[in-house]
Amino acid sequence: MPRRSSIQIALLFICCAFWINIACSSSQPVKAAVKPIKDRKPAPDFALKDSNGATVKLSDYKGKVVLLNFWATWCGPCKIEIPWFIDFEQKFKDRGFAVLGVSTDEDGWVAVKPYIAVRKMNYRVLLGDESVSQLYGGLDALPTTFMVDREGKIASVHVGLIGKNDYQDEIEHLLATTSRTRTAVIFPAAVSGTK
Amino acid sequence: MKSGYHVNSNTPSDEYLIPLRLKWKPGPLEVLDIVYPKPHMETYSFTQKPLSVFTGGFELLTRFKVPQSTPAGIFTVSGTLRYQACNDKLCLPPKTLEVQLPIEIQ
Repeated sequence: MPRRSSIQIALLFICCAFWINIACSSSQPVKAAVKPIKDRKPAPDFALKDSNGATVKLSDYKGKVVLLNFWATWCGPCKIEIPWFIDFEQKFKDRGFAVLGVSTDEDGWVAVKPYIAVRKMNYRVLLGDESVSQLYGGLDALPTTFMVDREGKIASVHVGLIGKNDYQDEIEHLLATTSRTRTAVIFPAAVSGTK
Repeated sequence: MKSGYHVNSNTPSDEYLIPLRLKWKPGPLEVLDIVYPKPHMETYSFTQKPLSVFTGGFELLTRFKVPQSTPAGIFTVSGTLRYQACNDKLCLPPKTLEVQLPIEIQ
């Protein structure tokens, strides 16, 4: 029997079509303190200025997971969280995540801009005002942090300092889930080879 | 001060911290000096270096002088007390309290 010098691959068919139902709303086991999707309320929209003078709206971030952090330069616990948020911004920005820091400093940019520079804050910092504070419940204490899902709804609220891992768990959970079920279809593939 | 809370002293350890400050408005008395208590140096979970703070009960002493030009009578000396409080996990917004001190000059 002559030895074949080449391998000829005729046609290879995958004999079945696959319907893959990706249930993106299915939960992963997670320690996050996020609310069930059905219980989340819309995060109030706002328009505030950032350190470059640009107007920024929360609604600009629809489709992204947002960590919305209210803080101030005089707040010691807030200072602890800032390096974490810098890390999160770097780590998760390419997956549709953003940190927004809203300063409640009464002295405004005079106090905040040098602080941003010294701490090398790599995320957008906005200057808050009383009306936005009231939209978010009055901000009785700092830090107060809202996790906003891709649909612009509040998934969790944290008043005071919590652990870095607690935030990270929530971020990863929200990045991994959407409120809708997504479906993909893979058709049979044909592969042919030549001598 | 409520248990678990502190206010920054009049000489806080960090330039960003809001100091405790008592100010008197111009009035019938002349302020000679304001004596703050000795602060505590306390370490909290959110700070690596100790903070200069007041906790619990404390007193601020003001020494006044009655100018020669001030007549006898009943007056009110007004001022403000500014402070900012935190506990181990969170901070409350800074507050400014109005202070009223009724006096009688004889």
